[in-house]
Amino acid sequence: MKTLLFTITIILTISCASYAQDITFHGFIQSNISSRITGKETPDPSEGGDFLSGGDKIRAEVTGGSGDSDFALKADLVHDSISGNDEVNIREGYIDYRSTNYDLRIGRQIITWGIGDLLFINDIYPKNYSALFSGQPMEYLKTGSDAIKIASYSDTISTELVIIPFFEPYTLPDPKRFFMYSPMTIINSEKPRNELENTETALRLYRQIQGFDTTIYVYRGFYKTPGMRPASLTEAVLFYPHLSVYGFSVQGNFANGVLGIEGGYYDSRDDRNGDDFTTPNSATKYILGYSRQFWTDFTAGVQYYGEYMHQYNNYESSLPAGMPKTDNLHQLITLRLTQMLKYNTLRLSLFSFYSPDDKDCFIIPEIRYNITDSLWTEAGFNFFGGKDTMTFFGQFDKNDNLFATLRYEF
Amino acid sequence: MKRYLIQLILLLMTGLISPAVLHAEDAVEIVKKSQEVFFYPGKDMQARVKMSLIAKTGAQRLRELTMLRKNGSGGDQKYFMYFHNPGDVRGMAFLVNKYSGKDDDRWLFIPSINLVNRIAARDSRSSFVGSDFTYEDVSGRDIDADTHKYLKEDTIQGKPCHVIESTPKSTTEYTRKVSWIDKTTYIPLKDEYYDIQGALYKTFTADKIETVNGLPAVTKRTMVNVKSGHRTEVVFESIAYNVGIGDDVFSERYLRKPPEKWIK
Repeated sequence: MKTLLFTITIILTISCASYAQDITFHGFIQSNISSRITGKETPDPSEGGDFLSGGDKIRAEVTGGSGDSDFALKADLVHDSISGNDEVNIREGYIDYRSTNYDLRIGRQIITWGIGDLLFINDIYPKNYSALFSGQPMEYLKTGSDAIKIASYSDTISTELVIIPFFEPYTLPDPKRFFMYSPMTIINSEKPRNELENTETALRLYRQIQGFDTTIYVYRGFYKTPGMRPASLTEAVLFYPHLSVYGFSVQGNFANGVLGIEGGYYDSRDDRNGDDFTTPNSATKYILGYSRQFWTDFTAGVQYYGEYMHQYNNYESSLPAGMPKTDNLHQLITLRLTQMLKYNTLRLSLFSFYSPDDKDCFIIPEIRYNITDSLWTEAGFNFFGGKDTMTFFGQFDKNDNLFATLRYEF
Repeated sequence: MKRYLIQLILLLMTGLISPAVLHAEDAVEIVKKSQEVFFYPGKDMQARVKMSLIAKTGAQRLRELTMLRKNGSGGDQKYFMYFHNPGDVRGMAFLVNKYSGKDDDRWLFIPSINLVNRIAARDSRSSFVGSDFTYEDVSGRDIDADTHKYLKEDTIQGKPCHVIESTPKSTTEYTRKVSWIDKTTYIPLKDEYYDIQGALYKTFTADKIETVNGLPAVTKRTMVNVKSGHRTEVVFESIAYNVGIGDDVFSERYLRKPPEKWIK
């Protein structure tokens, strides 16, 4: 990982020197804060208190190139006011090469696949749920992969092949800052080792059929959310089981709006019998989405998501007493409403998740205002609700928080 | 026979048969010709566009984009727009496949998360990137969506014009539009939009017309919201027709990574 970054930095420096005439420099300065308003303080004193996030970011974006090749480097210098830490995050840093029918991108890059709106089936790329739950700008939900991407284009079918040699799991909320269901102390996290055989591969084939964007996806790698294996009565180890995904999506104009369907079969390769409760069972997942503009500058979108577990009987019988149990079919309904006002400078939006089986929800009302072309501010509320403290959103019930961001772009 | 002719001349002189009646059937043809000249010139187009969004207070916002257009058959068109400025839209790209008679296909590329998003395109009267122009003002309105009537002849900026009234057949935020169309070039020199109370609320003007590759091009245009005092000025800093843009440019590949050759 470090070596790769070092290599990229070297190459970028050389590129900068040789393409000096085509360099562009942009970025932003941003302050963000999120405060829990439930009055509850987390048990861990080190990062406890009311604040879920707080700090400043300086983004530097350098791009350049000439002819068939170019590069981009997007780095965040981050000051975290809660932990007091400063760090540099390379958000993206890659080199592109383009030929007539092929594109090649090597380096750290953000890849987004699938048609879901905050719901992901075939997008198996790294995400940061901690950022989402603490009200950071939406782009921070996605994080970069150190990857090689080879794309080919033709009228018949276009493809994208992604090779990820270095595993990167999802960033999940940290019990230091979030109230959440964590019955055991995590003593270790066993990520897949950086070995050739652990290289993740993902393939996407796409074309238009009758005006619909039609895509097939194949992935071979690992679950990005960990399984938990007990090490003792109170301690556990996190690990990332093998996973393959076979999926598709179709999206196009329908009934005066946009209709999308996405599906995927999750093959849990380490637990095909479904009798190991520490490893997820194989499942079929689907999204049915529809969005439409109802009046000028107002758009509404709904999604219905389902996750059907295979080998449910084996799952039930292997589950130790007292462990939270998921339903055979886990469902979610989402709603997104967006109204633009004042020449698109003011945006009012609402996004909500609701699960009829888990009986929990996550609602994000948000307001954004572009003060000038280079300065914008955003404020909102993350509301978690649930009957049960062991369901996905329900466990965050005590973390309702208000957030605000101010960003100056240059 | 002679008597009829004299009667006809008398009728014309007294205004009982006005040019409006004589031109009644021409109104649709004139609008059609005007749309061809305004929205379809050349086989393709490449332009660098600067939009100034100016509030009543004088506060200004800028939108700078490259616009590529290619004509298809039967009135179909493809548009590719790449945003250079301001910062919060920099690198965004917008692809539209426009069809006559059915909804457009629209895709938006959001660079911060490398996402190509298909977007609902039902309401073509929505504001184009926060300006006083709507999507339809940028890419054209279906000629059959309105009934067209020849009002009169007039002269503005020293140019003789056809004056046409277009009334939307279905509910739109304006109830009628009056257009001054240059008799020689068929460029719309001025449009006035009237609201449901019959009051003027928006005015379009073609402020600067140049000849580009032998074709008339409006290189500066303004849309004023008379009621709010907000206005948008659009300047085509560079514009070229028939430059040979390939069909492949209007694809997901170039949405995700703009075609350098055409964007600069």
